[in-house]
Amino acid sequence: MSGIFKLTMPKWGLSMTEGRVVSWLVEEGARIEPGMEVCDVETDKIANAIESNLSGTLRRKVAQEGDVVSVSGLLGVVADASVSDAEIDAFVQDFQAAFVPPSAEDESGPVPQKIEVAGRTLRYLKRGEGGVPVLLLHGFGGDLNNWLFNHEALSGTREVYALDLPGHGESSKQIERGDIGELADAVVAFMDAVGIPKAHLVGHSLGGAVAVSVASAEPERVASLTLIASAGLGQEINADYIEGFVAARTRNELKPYLQQLFADSDLVTRQLIDDVLKYKRLDGVDEALRKIADTAFAGGKQASLVRNELAEVPVPILVVWGSADRIIEASHARDLPGNARVQIFPDRGHMVQMEAAAEVNRMLDEFLR
Amino acid sequence: MARSITFQQAINEALSQEMARDPTVIVMGEDNVGGMGADGEKDAWGGVLGVTKGLYPKYGDRVMDTPISESAFIGAAIGAATAGMRPVAELMFIDFMGVCFDQIFNQAAKFRYMFGGKAKTPVVIRTMVGAGFRAAAQHSQMLYSIFTHIPGLKVVIPATPYDAKGLMIQSIRDNDPVIFCEHKMLYGVQGEVPEEIYTIPFGEANVAREGKNATIVTLGRMLHVALEAATNLAKNNIQCEVIDLRTTSPMDEDTVLESVEKTGRLVVVDEANPRCNIATDVSAIVAQKAFRALKAPIEMVTAPHTPVPFSPDLEDLYIPTAAKIEAAVLKVTGYKG
Repeated sequence: MSGIFKLTMPKWGLSMTEGRVVSWLVEEGARIEPGMEVCDVETDKIANAIESNLSGTLRRKVAQEGDVVSVSGLLGVVADASVSDAEIDAFVQDFQAAFVPPSAEDESGPVPQKIEVAGRTLRYLKRGEGGVPVLLLHGFGGDLNNWLFNHEALSGTREVYALDLPGHGESSKQIERGDIGELADAVVAFMDAVGIPKAHLVGHSLGGAVAVSVASAEPERVASLTLIASAGLGQEINADYIEGFVAARTRNELKPYLQQLFADSDLVTRQLIDDVLKYKRLDGVDEALRKIADTAFAGGKQASLVRNELAEVPVPILVVWGSADRIIEASHARDLPGNARVQIFPDRGHMVQMEAAAEVNRMLDEFLR
Repeated sequence: MARSITFQQAINEALSQEMARDPTVIVMGEDNVGGMGADGEKDAWGGVLGVTKGLYPKYGDRVMDTPISESAFIGAAIGAATAGMRPVAELMFIDFMGVCFDQIFNQAAKFRYMFGGKAKTPVVIRTMVGAGFRAAAQHSQMLYSIFTHIPGLKVVIPATPYDAKGLMIQSIRDNDPVIFCEHKMLYGVQGEVPEEIYTIPFGEANVAREGKNATIVTLGRMLHVALEAATNLAKNNIQCEVIDLRTTSPMDEDTVLESVEKTGRLVVVDEANPRCNIATDVSAIVAQKAFRALKAPIEMVTAPHTPVPFSPDLEDLYIPTAAKIEAAVLKVTGYKG
């Protein structure tokens, strides 16, 4: 059956078991290329487009719009025109006969680890092997799941770590000062503990400022910097968002703030809100977020500006932003030092790595090579 | 948080973590240490179904066995709470509450009010509720409505392991008396529960499933039955929103009203007997506050007005089923005026 390839349901995040096909974006018979978006899929958490990793003709849509397909299940078949319909029928039949959906308990993929670092527990998820490691640093109030559309895609040819910063996710919640430096120290200590001499740092929002701070303190430990909707490049930050996110106690209070993170606020599902609430209700989170907000973003002003340090950092720098960012304006990407390459995605919000996952992954993959 | 534990383990973990964190938290009740009589610490059974198992070896005298005298030990727990402790007392079955109503209704529930807010009574009374255990009429009732009726008490009915842990920790930290109702048929239910300590606020319902055609409001074990019904109905393209109240006092009216304003149709599912229960209460609130949104009369699915039968066949008929809930939903969605 050479020359017949399958397009399957991806696994976005640790808890995904199935997804619903919302709509196909290409017709049967159309030519598709790697990186092309082929169909929209939604889970109980999030909706996103599936990107092809194949080159060929979409010969068969096995899953129809509205179908619920388990992770790794068959969505479509890609083959060249020389392959007959009968061969494709046989391929589909064989696949479906042999297919066993992975059960929810069957954690076949990588699972998050915990490590004790300088008196704290830090949680991280490692995917992939080889090369100079990549370290993904989430933003304020986030966790390693913020990279659910990016982590696996980047780990094809290299080791990629996603970390829960102190005060976040399932890492320890105690925060001493709540400034960028404290978080940067924790990142360096983490690199020491897992044995990463040098890494590509990819930071989103608060995590971007942390990445620059690490690069500036220990330049020899950093191979490159990718700053996505990064803090630290300008003074203004949406104080209403920061305050509202920290103060929200209920679903209805939290929802309007989470919607500000995305250009398309429909992406904020009930499940996404519940997941963030579950985090916010852990003991110690309220104090941790309050301390970071009061130290790093008091009064809607960023306390730590790392813009000038960028010029001193002797590594390649990629800056990514969504033009519709309502938390930190994309104008902060203007007039950066000459060593920074800037890419602005039109009509995407603060969570640009989720809203434009395919394009961001492609750009990062190329940048990290 | 990939870790999955049972409802029973979630309650045990909540008790243990709060005891470790706060030395004023104590646990007391019949057989809570261990009633086996042999080798106390090692043989400690920990309550009639083992929910407090393992606490005595860790916390020693802060876990107390009490005589079979509910009026005495519930009174003692309430007294200890007024004196600065945070007792969690287990009154084995809610059916036995009758022997200590004065302590609960007239004392614990009234102190804060009658002493002008100067007294607080942070006691938790854990108790087993519900039918299905073949335990007959005196060990199977669903009496949360009685406690919901009394101002000054808070009433909690968790349906999942995640909620059981978070609501128990919230109950222990709350400064008012809390009646914490544990459905005995849920003890073995598994679910994802964070190892860390967390709380779930009282008075916030959980929207367990979203839908636009009908609202099912329920609580406790019935959440699982309602979700089964909603899954079956979805196959015929009837999308139910399923709301788990989680606490009946305080109760989250807003989430219920918002949902009914969206769907226009309401089914309330309650394992309690039909008169003056949570189903009638929710129905009255919706009829009064969202009358214009209703497109069909409200349906209630409850147990009948009888004691819980001992005959297994009759007990199974007594408890609301997914089929009965589906029939009620079809009635409200098919209503033609």
